[in-house]
This record gives sequence, structure tokens and C-alpha cells, in this order.
Amino acid sequence: MNWSFETLKRIQTQKGVQGIIIVTAEGIPIRSTLDNASTVQYAGLIQQLVMKARVTVREMDPQNDLTFLRIRSKKNEIMIAPDKDYFLIVIQNPTD
Amino acid sequence: MEIVYVYARRRCDFGRPCNFSDRPAELHVDVLPDPALAADFVRRDPCDVAVQCAQEMSEHEVNTERFESEARGINHVEGGWPKDINPQEMEQTIRFRKKVEKDENYLNTVMQLGTLMEHCIKQNNAIDIYQEYFEDEEEMVDSRERPSAKTINVFRDPNEVKRTATSLSWHPDGSRKLAIAYSCLEFQRAAKNMSFDSYIWDIENPSCPEMTLKPASPLVCLEYNPKDSHILLGGSYNGQIGYWDTRKGSQPVETSAIEHGHRDPVYKAIWLQSKTGTDTFSASTDGQVLWWDIRKMSEPTERLVLDLGRKGNLDNALGAISLEFESTMPTKFMVGTEQGLVVSCNRKAKTPAEKIVCTYSGHHGPIYALQRNPFFPKNFLTVADWTARIWSEDIKESSIMWTKYHMSYLMDGCWSPVRPSVFFTVKMDGTLDVWDYLFKHNDPTLSLKVCDEGLFSLRVQDSGALLACGSQLGTATLLEVSPDLSTMQRNEKALATAMFERETKREKILEARQREMRVKERSRSEQSKEDEGRDTDAGDESAEQLLARAERDFFEIVGAELKKRELEAGQEQIGAEECLPLQVKDVCDEEDR
Repeated sequence: MNWSFETLKRIQTQKGVQGIIIVTAEGIPIRSTLDNASTVQYAGLIQQLVMKARVTVREMDPQNDLTFLRIRSKKNEIMIAPDKDYFLIVIQNPTD
Repeated sequence: MEIVYVYARRRCDFGRPCNFSDRPAELHVDVLPDPALAADFVRRDPCDVAVQCAQEMSEHEVNTERFESEARGINHVEGGWPKDINPQEMEQTIRFRKKVEKDENYLNTVMQLGTLMEHCIKQNNAIDIYQEYFEDEEEMVDSRERPSAKTINVFRDPNEVKRTATSLSWHPDGSRKLAIAYSCLEFQRAAKNMSFDSYIWDIENPSCPEMTLKPASPLVCLEYNPKDSHILLGGSYNGQIGYWDTRKGSQPVETSAIEHGHRDPVYKAIWLQSKTGTDTFSASTDGQVLWWDIRKMSEPTERLVLDLGRKGNLDNALGAISLEFESTMPTKFMVGTEQGLVVSCNRKAKTPAEKIVCTYSGHHGPIYALQRNPFFPKNFLTVADWTARIWSEDIKESSIMWTKYHMSYLMDGCWSPVRPSVFFTVKMDGTLDVWDYLFKHNDPTLSLKVCDEGLFSLRVQDSGALLACGSQLGTATLLEVSPDLSTMQRNEKALATAMFERETKREKILEARQREMRVKERSRSEQSKEDEGRDTDAGDESAEQLLARAERDFFEIVGAELKKRELEAGQEQIGAEECLPLQVKDVCDEEDR
């Protein structure tokens, strides 16, 4: 019944996924597979970034909206799927 | 009967305003035009009138205030929780979370986002979009751009009384910090309120130094310990040596006792290679080279007096200004003296007399810099007076290569750590010269005017691209050299080897020839002494005879020369006749005349 769990489990079993966090729009982490300290840090930092990105996209074209955000770093990739009320954050180590 | 007293006063005396009244106009003066005066004037025709229709502009200078920036960290604390929930309380947060998870909106959103996310994850796993193709191929650095260097940052002495930046030292790992020693080297010119501090700067932050070092007397030289990046060694103006630990604060951890230290400013102090990493040695113009162990600074472990007579006589000793030590050759070291000699010494000699191995002469003034080439340890660079010279260890009579005499004094120099044929020098007129000996011998490849005052010290960072130079007013400039001066070119090592060998061979040949000539001279003078011994009776006569002989020889030579000239003139005439038949007559006429 609770398909959210299924979805998250499916994502977690993908290759290279290091962690998943679901955050509300205010920055409260709802569900996370990482430890509390990292979760809080990610939630706080990423929420600000998504706000900024969204404003950027909207300002360039008011009809437009942010659908996905990918941050590629030397060690891993942080993918953020934003929505009106919640964000889904996945940290993946791309296989290469 | 009425008694009336009338007294009059002006209106303004008792404060009332003036009472103006009108009067009809009166004509006072009427000047009529006098046509007779026109005779005194001449009509000007034409009139030159300059007219310009242009924008009015004004010049104004603006300089922004210095931007002071500071880096601070932020501590993230949980926020965003609704007011009634205490984030520290586990129960409340768990309850809130469970409530959200049951929300239908949440479920829909998560499923939607989940599918979107999965798509991207699978994309990542399928192909690496940032793959670097052709990684193995070397970059073709074939740029023919001219060598250049640009200033990145300028670090100014924050004190009011400016002191000279006498020595610079880069942090051993990463080189993000620069330690600069400030002092006033002019004899008794130091102002009374001059600060004694030396600073460690972070190269990203030129507005204020990262750390201050407070010695008892201004530091003349400063060196980071190559093994332990927290320890610095400093030699000060009063002859003391001290070492600092950056973790322990600004005061030196220990300094040497004044009685056992140097009696003149310590011009150079270097760390030695040892198992403990605590050995150092220092040199000063009082003629001594002292070895220290920093764990016990009260007394030097060893002492060497630079007396060339090998008697250890301090009065005869040469003053030392620079030291050189290469960790690949731990038993040898070199000292540059005030008198212009480079003394090569052996540390492991049994007796003090044997410590001084040999000297290299050739400079006219104190040797401010002495460094071995990092790629060819047998060759070393000295910077002194108005030239920079390159020497080979085998040739003691003279340097193998040298620059021309410059207009101003050279104060410091060093090799580039990445290119064997590149070295840098700084001069008293504020210019920095970059020499590439494989490219040009006569002039520096690049000459930059860094500042108006003289530059006193120079140090290249280990990467070879950044260098820092310190000036007389305490300003240290950080420059970046263009990549073609800081990356090794193809065949450079082979070409440099060939060049050094060639010059060394040339000098060796010259030296051998000199020696031969000297030997010949000596044998000739010995022989002539024997001859003279035999002819001592006819001493005077032989002198007169010599004179007569000399005169005869002279006139003979002059006569022969004149005859030769006449013959040549005659031949020319004949030649002229053959080539230019038209003009023959003229020439003949001239000759007849």
C-alpha cells in the first residue's frame, strides 16, 4: 500500500546509489538513509540551492520551471528532484 | 500755561525701521556721444574669433576603498520545524515524520519524483557523460607566445615604519603560505619605533598577515623546515638564532644564547638533512659558521671559522653572507663571503684545517645568493656585485658563464626548480630578470620592473610558476610566470647538459693554457736569471747595445713597411690600368704631377 517505500527501495538498489533523502520545502528531512548529521547538512544546503536555482529559471522565463538539478563533483553526483512541497535527493557514485 | 519739552531723536535710534519716501527723478549727469573721439579708434577687420562646439568634460579620479574580506564558517543547525515541535525531542520529530508520510500528497509526489530520479540514475549508470576522450595524448604546447610574468598579489608591510623584506620562505607543502622576514639592514639606520615583527602571509589574503612572529631583534633570514611545516628557523640582527612553532604562537620556542651565538647579524640559516630533522647551520659576517641542534639552543654543536689560513683565527676570517646546502650531497656545503670568494667546505673532515676544501674567486663584492642547479648539482649560481655567474665545481679559477655587468647591483637570485637553464635575479633598481640560458646568453629573456624601490630578496615556489620578491619598503610581490618559462621543454635537459659541459671544457682548456704559460714564464725567468749571472761584467754595455739594436730593428721595420707600401701603390696603378683603360690617362697625369 505504501508505494513510497517501494519506490525508495527500488532507487536504493540501483547501482552506485550512496544515499537518499526526502526533504520538505522548509528543509525538514522526512526520510533518509544517511546518518543524522549528514542528513541535516544536506537538507539545509540543498534546500537553499534549489530555491536559488528555481528563482533563476523562473526569472529567465516566467513560464519555465525547474524540473531537475544535478551536481557533479569529483567524488560523486548529487541529483535533486524538486517539487512544490518536497524534494528527493539522491547521492550516487557514477560508475567509471 | 503748558510746558512743553520737545526732544528729537532719529528713527533708527529707538529701533524703528527707516521711513522711505519717494522723490521724483533728478538728472545728475548726462554724457553725450562725442564723435570726435572716434578718430582715436581703428576698426578691426578681420576679427579672429575662436568658436568651439564640444562636449564639456571633466577628469576625475576614483579609487575604491580596499576590500577587506574574511572567511568564516557557518554551523548548520536544524531549522524549519513547525513552532510546536522541538527538534531535540525524538518522539515529537518521529511523530511529525510519520504524519507526513501518511499524507496523500506526499505519496503521490514521492512516486512521481521517484520515477524521474530513476531515469537519471539509470542514465548515469549506462554511460559516463563526462568521459575524457584522448586522455593519453600529450598536449601539444607549441605556443610561440612571448614569455611574460604578471603580478598576482602585493603584500605590504602593515607597520608605519617600513622595513626591508630581507628573506622569503615558502611553506613546504602546498606553498599556500609565505613567511617573510623584515629587518633594516642599514647600519644604525633602524628607526627607534621600528617593529621587530615578521609575518606569515596566506597568499590568497593580502590584506592582513595570517600570523606574526615576534623575535627579540628583527629577523634577517627565515626558513621553513622542509620536513615539518610548522617549524620555522629565524636568524636575527643581533646574532641570535631562534625557532618558532606555528602551533605554539608568536614567541620563539627557543633562542640561542647571545654569548654563544654570532656577533654580527645572521645572514643565512638553513636546515640540514638529518634523521631527527632538527639540525641547522647558520652563517654570519663575523666569520663563523655554526651548527645547531634546535632541541638545545644554548650552544652550537659545531663551529667553523672561515679563515683561509686554516688557523681558526677569527681576525683573519672572511665574513659569510650566504650558505648553500644540497640534501643530495650532505657532506659538502658552500659559503659565500663578503669578500667575493665562494668557499667550499667538507663537513666530515677530521681536522678543522681540512674543513675548508677550496675557494672560487671571481666576484668583486659580497655574494648575496649561492645556489646549486637542482638538475646539475655540479654547477652553481652566484649572484654578487653587478653580475650573476655560473660556476662548475671543477674549475676554481673562474666561472664558466657570466652575465654582463648591469647598471645596478644584483641582490638575489635563484634557479627555477623545473627548468635547468632558467634562473631569476633581482636588482636594486626594482627589476626582476628572468634568464633562459638556452635561449639567450647576453640579455635576460624577460625583464620586468616590479617596483620603484630596490628589490632585496627573491624566492621561487616549488612548482616553478609562482615567485615572490621582497623590496626595500617591505612590499612583497607575488608574480606568476608564463607557462613556457615554467614547463620543461623537449630535450631541455640534454641541451643544458651539453651547454654546461661545453663551457666547462672551454674553461678547463683556458686554465690549462694559463698554467702552461705560467710554467713557461717561470722557466724562462729562471733561465734568464742564469744568463744574467754570466753577463754581469758587461752589464752597462749590454744595455747600450740593446738600445742600439732596438733602434736598428725599429728603422729596419719602418723602412721595410714603407717599401712595401710603395710596391703596393705601384701594383694598384698597374691594376687600375688594366681594369679601366678609359681613365688611364688621368691617373698617369696625376702621377706625373
